[in-house]
Order: sequence, then C-alpha cells, then structure tokens
Amino acid sequence: MASDLNFFFEVLIGGLLSGVMYSLVALGFVLIYKASGVFNFAQGSMVLFAALTFVGIMEMGVPFWPALLLALIVMMLLAVGIERVVLRPLVNQPQISLFMATIGLSYLLEGLGQGLWGTEVRALDLGIEDLPNEWIQENLSLQISTFDIFSAASAAALVGLLALFFNKTKVGLALRAVADDHQAALAVGIPLQHVWAIVWAAAGLVALVAGMLWGSRLGVQFSLSLVALKALPVLILGGFTSVAGAIVGGLIIGASEKLAEVYIGTFTGGAIAAVENWFPYMLALLFLLVRPQGLFGEKIIERV
Amino acid sequence: MKKTITAGLAIGAALISGAATPTPVQAQAMEQFMPIPIYRTGPYAAGGTGYFGGMMDYMAMVNEKDGGVNGVKMTWEECETAYDNARGVECYERLKGKGPTGAAMFHPLSTGITYSTFEKGTADKVPVVSMGYGRGDAMVGSVFPYTFPLVTTYWSQNTAKIKFIGMKEGGMDKLKGKKLVNVYHDSAYGKETIDILNKQAAMYGFEVKHFPVAHPGLDQKAIWLQIKQIAPDWVILRGWGVMNPTAIKEAARIGFPREKMLGVWWSGSEEDMRPAGTAAKGFLAAGFHPAGKNFPVLKDIEKFVHAKKKGNVETERMGTIYYNRGVVSGIVSLEAIRIAQEKFGKKPLTGEQIQWGLENLNLTAARIKALGAEGLVQPLKTSCNDHEGGGAVKFQQWDGEKWNVVSDWIEADKALVRPLAEESAAKYAKEKGITPRDCSKAM
Repeated sequence: MASDLNFFFEVLIGGLLSGVMYSLVALGFVLIYKASGVFNFAQGSMVLFAALTFVGIMEMGVPFWPALLLALIVMMLLAVGIERVVLRPLVNQPQISLFMATIGLSYLLEGLGQGLWGTEVRALDLGIEDLPNEWIQENLSLQISTFDIFSAASAAALVGLLALFFNKTKVGLALRAVADDHQAALAVGIPLQHVWAIVWAAAGLVALVAGMLWGSRLGVQFSLSLVALKALPVLILGGFTSVAGAIVGGLIIGASEKLAEVYIGTFTGGAIAAVENWFPYMLALLFLLVRPQGLFGEKIIERV
Repeated sequence: MKKTITAGLAIGAALISGAATPTPVQAQAMEQFMPIPIYRTGPYAAGGTGYFGGMMDYMAMVNEKDGGVNGVKMTWEECETAYDNARGVECYERLKGKGPTGAAMFHPLSTGITYSTFEKGTADKVPVVSMGYGRGDAMVGSVFPYTFPLVTTYWSQNTAKIKFIGMKEGGMDKLKGKKLVNVYHDSAYGKETIDILNKQAAMYGFEVKHFPVAHPGLDQKAIWLQIKQIAPDWVILRGWGVMNPTAIKEAARIGFPREKMLGVWWSGSEEDMRPAGTAAKGFLAAGFHPAGKNFPVLKDIEKFVHAKKKGNVETERMGTIYYNRGVVSGIVSLEAIRIAQEKFGKKPLTGEQIQWGLENLNLTAARIKALGAEGLVQPLKTSCNDHEGGGAVKFQQWDGEKWNVVSDWIEADKALVRPLAEESAAKYAKEKGITPRDCSKAM
C-alpha cells in the first residue's frame, strides 16, 4: 500500500516537473502573444535554432559561458531582424497575416539552423545528473531526478525575472498597450518596433533556456522544434496572455497526463494506449468549452 | 491582330512538328538510375543522411574506381521525404521513370513508405528494397515479386533477439516465467513485431507487455514509471530517432540496467547513444553489420570519393552504423545489378530485369572478400521465393564511446518465421486476389 502511494507521488511529482518543462516552452508563446496578439508558430523552431547555435558555438571551441552569451546575442539579433523584415511591414495588418508570417519564419529558422549547424544529433551536457536525487531517495523514498529539479528551478527563476521585467518596468506597460491596439499605442508615442524587438528578444532568451534544458535531455536535434506541441494544451488551459497561466497550465497538463497514462492505461488493461499523447488535448478541449480564454487569460468581448 | 494570331499559330505548329519530327537515333546513355528518397530534414535526419550518404558514396566510389557497374555508370537524384509517407510516395512517383531505363529499384528507408509504395512497385515493375525493415511477410517472393526485405526482416531479427536473451539467461528453457517489455515506436515499423513476440512468449513461456510511444517520443516518463512497477527482466526497444536516447535516459532514471535493454537496429546507432551520454553505457543492440572503418571498401570510398571532396556526407561520419548500413545497401544493390547484367547484357537495365538480379543474389564469402566487405556484409543468397536471403544478426554493446560486437552471427529462427510469413502472405494474396507465382518454374 505504501509503495502504491509512493508510486502515485512519483508519477505526480514527475508529471509536475515535466509540466515545468512544457511551461518553459509555453512561456515563449505567451510573450509574443502578449505583445502582438499573434500565436507564434515559430516558437518551437526558435528553441531548435537557439540550442543548435549554442552547441555549434561550443563546438568551435568557445567555453560554456561565452558561448551562452554569444548564443544570446545571436537570438537578440534574430529578434531585431524579425522585427525589421517580418513584423514591421505587417503593422496594422490582420492578425492572420502575422500568424502566416510566423509559419514562414518557422520553416526559415528550421532550415537556417540545420543549414548552418548540420543535422547531426549532438549531445549537450550541462553537468547536471539526470539520475534520481540521492537525498530525496533516502529521505522520502521517491525517485526524482536531480536534472528535473534543476529544470524546475531554472524555469522558476526565468519566470520571476520576466515577471519583474514586464510588471515593474515601462516596457511591460508598453507591451500591454501594444497588445491591445497597435495603432493606439503608436498614437500615444509607444515605439512599437522597439517593444516588438524587446519581446522577441525575450522570447529568444526563453527559447535558448528551453533549448538548453530540453537539448540536454534529448540531444540537440530537429525534434527540439516539436516540443512546441507539448506547449499547445498548456496555452489553451492557462490562457495565451498570462505568464502565470503558462506555469499553472504546464503543471496541470504535466501531472494529469502522467497520471492518466499510468492509471487509465492500467485500468483499461492496456486497451487504451498512449494516453499521455491525447489526454492533454482532450483536457484542453474541455476547457475550451467551459472557459475559452483559459484559466488566467483575458476575457475579450468584441463589439460587432 | 490577325497577323499576330497567325504568326503564333505558325510558330506553335512549327514547334509541334519539330517535336514530332523523328530525331536521329541516339545511343542509350550507359547510366543506371537509382532514386534516393532521402530525409535530410525532420526528426530522423541523422538516419536519412547517414544511410543514403553511405549508399551514394559507395556508388560514387564504384563510378570513380571501376567506371560503374561493368561500364554502366550509376546516377542518382535525391528527393526529400522528411520520413513522411505522403512525400515518400510523391518521391517514388517523381523518380520511378528517371534515367534511360527508369529506376533500378526504390529504397524507401521507412517501413511506412514501404507499405505505401510496394504495391505501386509491383504494378510498375520497380523493385522496392527494404533492407532490414519493411513488412516481414514480403520475404515470400511468390506473393511479393517486387518487394525485397533483404538481409533480415524485423521478424527474423526478433527471433534472433529472443535467442540472444535465451543465451544470456543460460538457455531457452530459462525464458519460462521471465518478464519482457516491448517499448515500441507507435508506427507501422514499431508494431511490426508485436504478433511474433506474442507467439514467442506463448512458445517459451515468458510474459511480454507492449508499450507504444507516440511520435516523436520526447517524454516517456509515465511509461517508464510503469515499467519500473512491472520490473521486467529485459526491455526490448523498438525506437527511432529521438525516442531512443529519451528511453535510455528514462531507463537510467528508474535504475533499469542498460545491459538488460536490447534495441532493434534502428535503436543502435551512434546518434542514438551520444545524446544519452553515460546513461547509454552497456546498452545492447542488434545489427546486421558492424560499425568501423577498417574495411577495404571504406578505404576505397575514402580514397576515391572523400579525398577528392566528393563525399555525400561529412567525412567524420564514415564508419558509423548508419553510414555502413548505407554502404551495405549499396553493395547489395549494385551486386543485384551486376548479376542481372550477366543475364540481360552489360547495359542499363529495367526494374523488371533488376528484379531478376535481386532474386538471384549470391553473395558468397569469396565474393564479399573481393568486394572489400569481409566482416561488413553477411553471405546472402536469395531466390524466387526467398526475398530475405540472410537472416543472421550480430549483437553489439555501447561502451560509452563506440559499439563493440559481443556475439557471433545468430541465425534467425526460420522454422518459426517462415511459416508465419507464408501464412500472412497467403492471407494478403487472398485479400488482394493474387495468384502466387510458381517459383519452381523460376528461371
């Protein structure tokens, strides 16, 4: 019985920690959505591009921290480039145009990343063991990976940093104004281009952190761009406009999908397989029915 | 205006008549075309580039060193599938008619694309060669005349795996009561061995549980926590791409010994192990050829292709598992062309003629040595009714840096596999209204 309870907690905590990893990717989507009201289809590709760039620079013999700094600079330059080439010509255009532009951007980044750095799978060792933490194992009889705890702490630090940046600075206020109405924001003197570049750079930073953490676990390879799939139900659940929503949504999705995989799969004798694959989307669908704006999203009423 | 129309019509007529005018008969180009449905992009790009890189390098070496196969130069064209079935079919359609005589054969490099193209291949008389993958029952050549799961099928490999586990446990009788888990890629490829594993479980008295992992397999925590609960004696991994290192890392996290994990050959490349780091140490995988560069054929490729900067993949990838598999594929494919040339003449051949070559492959130890592939390729003999040929598997273990071969060739349990394949092929033939060929009359 005790071991059953232990197992339940292992699944639950494992799920919550997986959820944090999903949140990390979802966070990038939220930032862009808040600034431009557009779903950034290219966020997954940004994760891949950032990780490929970081590892590629390290392979050139650059040590860890300078490589991180250089990768960050590349992501910032990329953000400025995106603003100049993709976003600026689309100011005041329908949001669907912006969305389509991000689809194109996604393919461009995937191709560019693989073209520049190659398609080979690369190992990325952050020096954190992906093995059960001994202290937790001895004291709580639970197998929780040290790497998962490190990832959760990194995500928490990043969220804290972004929350401070966007809530306590003028940029944050400008960001909300821009998200509300591009034209009105421009009319009151908010430099739309700067705000967009800053937000895309912040999304680039999030992509870099997500790419490093996911890349360390999976290897730096094309599949990193697919982690975005894990973020979609998180966004629907948490709301597209809330940083807190991305975190809470991630935790709910992570925990529920793992519990569903283990207990629904077992309950049905394996008749229903790969539960964790469809369960988050089903949950998101149910949420859409009862609360379309998500848990923390803004309820938008439009006059027609 | 009228003048313009008249002039336009005149030019059009002239062009049409020009096109219709018989041109002097040109000598047929001495070229044999090979389609390359590669995947340089997508989650499985490492496999696509390594495999086809090796195959193209081998063909380039034969062109440079020998002037082609008996003077017939190999030509090829890449088509990007991204490991997607629909794109694979598109590539097949686009490339099947290229070259002076059409495609020599088609290597789908995907079980899904194999399933999507083998009937087209039969209709078009283009052999579909799925070396080490594809559908297991296609070894029955009387029903599948243009499908060639050469060297070993998944079914054969699976029986060799169970033999290997039996050897490790101290005999096949020791399998009774053991618990096995089959973690598989939730695709046509991954599902291919479920039935045969179930049959073997009943035969030897072990228990087997199957866990599907949805593409691409980024997060498998819940599955591995269940495996921890089951506490199996062995885990069979039928992974692909990123699913492999993820599974190995998850196994390490639950403390499952990697020495008790046995991968299919698509779970046994360097690209699968390196991202998993130290967690991969001890992992076992099947293979129908070893890794390494110490083969004369690879030295020739280095000398005639890579030294001249004509390589089709990064030089440092030479000798890796995927690369060597591509070289093996090139050797077997070109050998089939050479054999077909003995019957039909030293000229570009049609797919129908090469099908004969594929059915009459006879790679003896002496021939393999002459090709510079001793130890790289296993002896192979096909026939009208046996489109598999070899069937033996070696096992290798990852030491943290490289693969080391840890077994001799282990023969598949053909007594089990062949009747199952025939039963399945007969069922397929009945469904499709196919009258199997009489292979006793095959020339």
